[in-house]
Amino acid sequence: MDRREFLKTAGAASGAAALAACGGNVGGSIAGLDPMGHHTDEVPIGKMTYRTNPNTNDKVSILGYGMMRLPNRQLDPSSDQRPTPAEEIDQEQVNRLVRYALDHGVNYFDTSPAYSRGYSETATGIALKASGYDRSKYYIATKLSNFSPAQWSHEEGVKIFQNSLKFLQTDYIDYLLLHAIGGGGMDTLHKRFLDNGVLDYLLEQREKGVIRNLGFSYHGDVTCFDYLLSKHDEYKWDFVQIQLNYVDWYLAREMNPNNTDAEYLYNELDKRDIPAVIMEPLLGGRLSKMPDHVVATLKQRRPDDSVASWAFRYAGTKPRVLTVLSGMTYMEHLQDNIRSYSPLQPLTQEEQDWLENEVARLYYSYPTIPCTNCQYCMPCPYGINIPAIFDHYNRCVNQGTMPESAQAANFREARRRFLISYERTVPRERQADHCIGCRQCVSHCPQNIRIPEQLRRIDGFIEKLKQGTLTSAENIE
Amino acid sequence: MLKITRRLLALIFWLGITFLFLDISGVGKEWFGWMAKMQFLPNVMQLDIVMIVLLLLLTLFLGRIYCSIICPAGVLQDFFAWIAGWKIFRRNKKAKFHNRYRYSKPKTWLRLAVLLIFIIMIVAGFNAVFIILAPYSAYGRMVTALLQPLYIDANNMLAAWSEANDNYMFSVVEPNTLPSILAWVAAISALVLFILSIYGGRTYCNTICPVGTFLGYVAKFSWLKMKVNEDNCIKCGLCERNCKAACIKVEKGKPVVIDYTRCVVCGDCQQVCSKSALHLAPTSSNVSVAPATTKTTDKSSDMSRRNFLTLTAGLLYTAAIHGQDKTTDGGLAVIEGKKIPERLTPLTPPGSLSARNMQQHCTACQLCIAKCPNNVLRPSQSLNSFLQPEMQYDKGYCRPECTTCSEVCPAGAIRPITVEEKTAVQIGHAVFVKENCVVFTDGVSCGNCAYHCPSGAIQMVPDSEGYTLNSENGRWYDADGNMVDTRNVPMIPSVNTEKCIGCGACEYLCPSRPFSAIYVEGHEVHREI
Repeated sequence: MDRREFLKTAGAASGAAALAACGGNVGGSIAGLDPMGHHTDEVPIGKMTYRTNPNTNDKVSILGYGMMRLPNRQLDPSSDQRPTPAEEIDQEQVNRLVRYALDHGVNYFDTSPAYSRGYSETATGIALKASGYDRSKYYIATKLSNFSPAQWSHEEGVKIFQNSLKFLQTDYIDYLLLHAIGGGGMDTLHKRFLDNGVLDYLLEQREKGVIRNLGFSYHGDVTCFDYLLSKHDEYKWDFVQIQLNYVDWYLAREMNPNNTDAEYLYNELDKRDIPAVIMEPLLGGRLSKMPDHVVATLKQRRPDDSVASWAFRYAGTKPRVLTVLSGMTYMEHLQDNIRSYSPLQPLTQEEQDWLENEVARLYYSYPTIPCTNCQYCMPCPYGINIPAIFDHYNRCVNQGTMPESAQAANFREARRRFLISYERTVPRERQADHCIGCRQCVSHCPQNIRIPEQLRRIDGFIEKLKQGTLTSAENIE
Repeated sequence: MLKITRRLLALIFWLGITFLFLDISGVGKEWFGWMAKMQFLPNVMQLDIVMIVLLLLLTLFLGRIYCSIICPAGVLQDFFAWIAGWKIFRRNKKAKFHNRYRYSKPKTWLRLAVLLIFIIMIVAGFNAVFIILAPYSAYGRMVTALLQPLYIDANNMLAAWSEANDNYMFSVVEPNTLPSILAWVAAISALVLFILSIYGGRTYCNTICPVGTFLGYVAKFSWLKMKVNEDNCIKCGLCERNCKAACIKVEKGKPVVIDYTRCVVCGDCQQVCSKSALHLAPTSSNVSVAPATTKTTDKSSDMSRRNFLTLTAGLLYTAAIHGQDKTTDGGLAVIEGKKIPERLTPLTPPGSLSARNMQQHCTACQLCIAKCPNNVLRPSQSLNSFLQPEMQYDKGYCRPECTTCSEVCPAGAIRPITVEEKTAVQIGHAVFVKENCVVFTDGVSCGNCAYHCPSGAIQMVPDSEGYTLNSENGRWYDADGNMVDTRNVPMIPSVNTEKCIGCGACEYLCPSRPFSAIYVEGHEVHREI
């Protein structure tokens, strides 16, 4: 199966969901031709930048492979159950991507028992085995993802960890994380790891060498982050995974009081010499799918570089960063990211300041919803396709195709396009008007989006569009 | 000349009405809605005196051209007969004309009996079953049940293409939810018309069709009629042999007799007459006597043609009734389909005034059903409102901005209504079924019915007593005077039936499946708020 065929299949299979999931660099390919018609930019091999883990002396590639947004394919292509066909992971394609990544110097693979409807670890294990690389040549990171209260016992915690070893076909984990501490606050942290002895068990496993590095990933309540760091002397965190990108550096808290600025998180780790693993460097692809105005601003500086490459170079420039994770669904994303880091050209201080301040503010001036399509909220028990609704809305905002007021010249056409593409992206019974506001999703969202309120806001806008009662004064704002 | 003009006009009307039924874009009703409003029986049903008088005047002037041009079922029969007359289906391929018809005696008793029963049934208000005989609505049922599903399939294929190419020319349309009984009725009507027309031309129109019978007796008195100039007539019988209405009697030695109750003024006789002996002429002009010619017999149907044609009709039919719904799956929770609750009183759309008004006026032509953009209107399957529209809310609800059915109805069964008027018409009221409510079955807080109610008729109230509502801030307080966090107390919908208009937003958007925890019960007579 060649790439074109794969793209076709994957595109057809997951439709808009796949589009949304492409944490990627659409429209930003660097490859080009010189005036003589030769390719100027082959994907380089052997030029990858590596960072050293001070605890184990691992030489980790600055590009880490996030196994959260794996390519899917339609289970039964003939069934055509549009627009949400039954899907499964396209293992053949995963194998190909992983092998390609290893060939080009990527050696950090980050998965979790929760990812990709629970199939990510298995798919990762198969792909790494199939790559033919020796186990010592790559590092596996996985997580203890005991989110459901039913999994809060010691036995369940141990079982999850043992299953990880089994699914990943290995007898040790290089990097193990307490998954997403901060969600639910200190109470949940206690119940998940501290009171039931699961953390003690993991520390034990580290002693035995089954876990080579122990750390945690953080989203949400910052008291949990502070608490675990305050216990650094006791637990000796080998690494911590945080969300870092140029829009979250100074503005995360300003945009949502429940979130924490990346600047604070990074500096806390830096103070304690703890290596930082970076997640959401691209905000689920949102920093590559920027509004035209922002794209123009970035392109003006480096016309040949993809929009996404700025975000990757930004995250890689911070010296305490061990690796920058990217959930790469398509080969083109992988290739572009390898180019960005082979080798990393660090940003100047002026460039960093410019991204953190001007570009970030410009970005936030567009009223998009900060959904990274991580799918943690899914499946919604009432069938709502939450990420697809947010993605459709964000895309219309970013493309400037929002129908704004009935008085606008292109209103009729914009309204038609918005409503048709909404129906195409999300089937009727999965649309925002079916959200009952039960709030079960809210605690799952790592970005602390007030999902029911946002769905109702979008639904209110759509109602106005349908009823033709949208006036220039009351837009979606 | 008459024939060409007739054919051209008939084609325009036929295609226009067919498109009106098929169309899913909304332009059909803008462009061709008036053609449905010209149909005779629907106008009788709503006693639109102006249009009835106009159609009667037309008939008194020119004869039954209504049957040849305006009635889509009439034109459909001409179309079938035209195809059956193609040379490849003829036994004698050299003959210039088909010569396949023959004069038949008028079945006066049958015609009048059907008409009489028809009138009695309509006056008695039991029109639902006999309306099946009405020509325009029969045609509407055929297009809606047999052709529109194919049209929507084709549209959806184009929509898939459109989506793949990222343009917005076509969008996916959900097929109407139609019971198989409608397809059966439509298919049988189509088959009967097909067989009668390929063998006997206008047999249906001249024996069964109540509109045809009525207009036929009016046409008897029309000013212009097809007349034979006996001076030119050689009694060759070509006109008789090619008269699809079987109303021309040519006998040697006798003047040609034309039964004007059956003549649909198609002009075919005029065209075949080699002596130009036939003309549309005022009643007063003379008809002279001339010798008659002999008859010939020519049966021109063979098995292969019959087989071919029935086979095609069969294919068309099976293609039309294939399944509609598919369930979805993926990384998403499976959504169980909604089931339709049993309603004591069926729901009829705003503008229909009452169940009785609907029953008495509707000709079951399916136009409103074909046009409903929210998939709310369905053909009823109960006997006393057979195939007339009723509302169901499992696929959508009667949206506040839509008045499509009231705009297209030609029969006055759904009277024109504005969006503003619609907000004040109570077609039914919502009823809460506590056992189904997710507040209890799933232990979650909900309130989606109240949130989406367009008339504000639903309020969420605590399930148990002992709470008081503060009228100033709209919050609930417990017995100790503490404000209640409504997320912790089960809140259930309470319906203010004085405000409820029965639109079904609550029923459609209720998360409880397969049966909604709130559903709409119809009102026999619609009320105004």
